[in-house]
Amino acid sequence: MNVLALPTRRDESWRYSDLEAVASVWPIPAAEVIEVPAGTHVSRVIVQDAATDAVAIRDYRVILNAGATATFHVLNVGGKLGRVTIDVTCHEGSHFELGGAMLGGGDQTLEIVTVLNHIEPNATSNQVVRSVLGGRATGSYLGKVAVARHAQKTDASQSVKAMLLSRTATANAKPELEIFADDVKCAHGATVGELDANALFYLASRGIAPAQAKAMLLRAFIGSVFEGIEDVGERERVEASAQAALERML
Amino acid sequence: MLKIENLHAEIDGKEILKGLSLSVNAGEVHAIMGPNGAGKSTLGYVLGGRPGYEVTAGSVEFDGKDLLEMAPHERAAAGLFLGFQYPVEIPGVSNVQFLREALNAQRRGRDEKPLSGAEFLKLAREQAAALSMDAEMLKRPVNVGFSGGEKKRNEMVQMGIVNPKLAILDETDSGLDIDALRIVGDGINRIMRAPDKAVILITHYERLLGYVAPDFVHVLSAGRIIRSGGPELAAELEREGYAGVLA
Repeated sequence: MNVLALPTRRDESWRYSDLEAVASVWPIPAAEVIEVPAGTHVSRVIVQDAATDAVAIRDYRVILNAGATATFHVLNVGGKLGRVTIDVTCHEGSHFELGGAMLGGGDQTLEIVTVLNHIEPNATSNQVVRSVLGGRATGSYLGKVAVARHAQKTDASQSVKAMLLSRTATANAKPELEIFADDVKCAHGATVGELDANALFYLASRGIAPAQAKAMLLRAFIGSVFEGIEDVGERERVEASAQAALERML
Repeated sequence: MLKIENLHAEIDGKEILKGLSLSVNAGEVHAIMGPNGAGKSTLGYVLGGRPGYEVTAGSVEFDGKDLLEMAPHERAAAGLFLGFQYPVEIPGVSNVQFLREALNAQRRGRDEKPLSGAEFLKLAREQAAALSMDAEMLKRPVNVGFSGGEKKRNEMVQMGIVNPKLAILDETDSGLDIDALRIVGDGINRIMRAPDKAVILITHYERLLGYVAPDFVHVLSAGRIIRSGGPELAAELEREGYAGVLA
């Protein structure tokens, strides 16, 4: 994911980015490398809540050795440009799990970009990303899964859903599969929708004011993304930050 | 308590209510019956304030206030409850969380103190038990995976919890088997039969009226009330059909 020259629209993983904002902080620091020894587990919680006018680009390179597992949770809410990229190399029998949420309004550009390199057999990955976008915000998830010729029994899944709160917000969801093995499972699903008017009226008819009703539905939409955070205190902090970000948008 | 005068309402430019008038006093149960397409559900939605339904003429007074000026959540806080013909499923929001927020939002709207978690849970369990609903269902997402009958029973649990002044129940009897019908009928009587409360039952059939005895029965046809009477009118409708009564 680390490029030396300033990226352009032609670079697939930067296609929807805010390149002006990128230029203002170029060159970006090298990716943080997280190598997970064979048979061990690592979990990371990344909360990107930079100031409104900041440019926050965070790069991770994860190497999962045989049988290793990694769980990443990403809350991407801050900055003029907020971008989190994770490049994962999966060795034999390893597993990568991502729960991500992008919540943005105004003129924000938020991105989560993942590349899963399944280079050996029997590795699995599961990625769940939810976006809520208002104002003129753009939220993009680009998820590439590359399965090498001999990486049989790879099982990779992606679930991407976006909710648009205004006509002027944009959601991009781009799964990209590059499969050279013949015995693999790669599933992906993407939806873009709006808040359910029937549900909003139902909540209102029971006395819940519109902003509160929207917050309830959006909280439910983001739902289980952060459920897997093992440390309860940390999970509550992340959920509270997500809640605060949602309330700012309503 | 409720005074509807010459109400005209349309949806997507199509006029559905064409000069409907109805007065409901405290302590009364009114049944509104009528064929499909008469405007029964539209009446419920207009009184509840559903977006998309436009009132083009007439007035609705609720407890001396202009109901049509109020937002849907304000109508709820003022004591109006709309029981849905098709209760909405809300994945990811638990019944308990939904009802507690609803009740406390209404209480705040009336300058009353919100209930604590424990106080609320006690109330919710009591209301669920009174309607023979398993307390476990309170923890489940709102109406998700509920059968038709369970959804209607859940509407009545909600009504018991928010304890409204006026309940407008839109085909609460549809989708209920005989046992559930009795439980729901008992629930309506227990929660709403009081000198300071009133009920409007919107229904196709007479059978619910066997459990909740109406004081007045109205026939709605083509957007207007064309006949009103006592309970005997429901029996006449059952015997002769709408065609017979409308002729």
